[in-house]
Amino acid sequence: MKGRLRFIVPLAVFGLLVVVLAIGIRQSPDKDLIPSPLIGKPAPEFSLPSLTDPSRRVSSEDLHGHWYLFNVWGTWCVSCRAEHEMLLKIKQAGVIPLVGLDWKDDRGDALSFLKDAGNPYQTIAVDRDGSEAIMWGVYGAPETFLVNPQGIVVYKYIGPITQDAWKQQILPRLPPTQSPRGSSS
Amino acid sequence: MSARAVSIFVVTLLAALLLASSTAYAIAPEQMPTPQLEARYLALIQGFRCMQCQDESLADSPVDLAADMRRQIRDMLLAGKTDQQIRDFMVSRYGYFILFKPPFVAKTAWLWLTPGVLLVVGVLVALRVIRQRAALAATDLEDNDPTDA
Repeated sequence: MKGRLRFIVPLAVFGLLVVVLAIGIRQSPDKDLIPSPLIGKPAPEFSLPSLTDPSRRVSSEDLHGHWYLFNVWGTWCVSCRAEHEMLLKIKQAGVIPLVGLDWKDDRGDALSFLKDAGNPYQTIAVDRDGSEAIMWGVYGAPETFLVNPQGIVVYKYIGPITQDAWKQQILPRLPPTQSPRGSSS
Repeated sequence: MSARAVSIFVVTLLAALLLASSTAYAIAPEQMPTPQLEARYLALIQGFRCMQCQDESLADSPVDLAADMRRQIRDMLLAGKTDQQIRDFMVSRYGYFILFKPPFVAKTAWLWLTPGVLLVVGVLVALRVIRQRAALAATDLEDNDPTDA
């Protein structure tokens, strides 16, 4: 009896270890993604100069009443360039407007990049010194926030948006009534 | 080299290491207007994780984002915020992950309690093993048969 217990106990401990490690490994692809505490909370209020027209300001107030995707990018960010084509497709789909945050970028670089590659954004705010990105808890571009008409952050996607992410994560979170043309509430 | 020379050499080396480690910042810390603010600033930035490098504190990290966060903390200190207000702000944007020392809340309870639970389990197991061994030793003596262990 005692001899059997001596065999079973280490085996049980080992089995427990296997379960714990298996869970850890299964979740490890998400390990790099730090969940945002902003989800379910109001998006940060901001009023920042517009990239295309520095005399104009882009403010969160103007965005209230609409669903929008808040996309943090910069021309220095390689993954953002990889994402760009998908952003253009999203613009073409016309389901939800893209609001850009040009993060710690050179204005000339940003404008010439958009001229060459196409501009998927309805409007672009400029975060010259990086303080707005901190308000949104950004730690690496690209990051994309889905904000509802009440100004609540519904979802955050970290990394370049893929076709799958768009179809499986973002689109299902939009109301079915969201017309394919409009961003009207 | 005489033993005395060696010991002088070792002491000097240790002193140099100690001195170096107390001032060795990867980043020159930004100047604060008063020593009190400076001390609070240094303590704060050592308690936050750099979100891009994760094993470094904001005080040690050379990346851009860490510099931006240090500036944010500095601005908040200069605006008269308390340490707790600054910590709450950082947690509200980046989550508990940004704190090197997570607070004791429901979500992190297991983190704080597991070592204690494991210690208790370990002590119980150790006690049991010791008692069994003691009992075995006692029977061995009675049987006077050392091969029976």
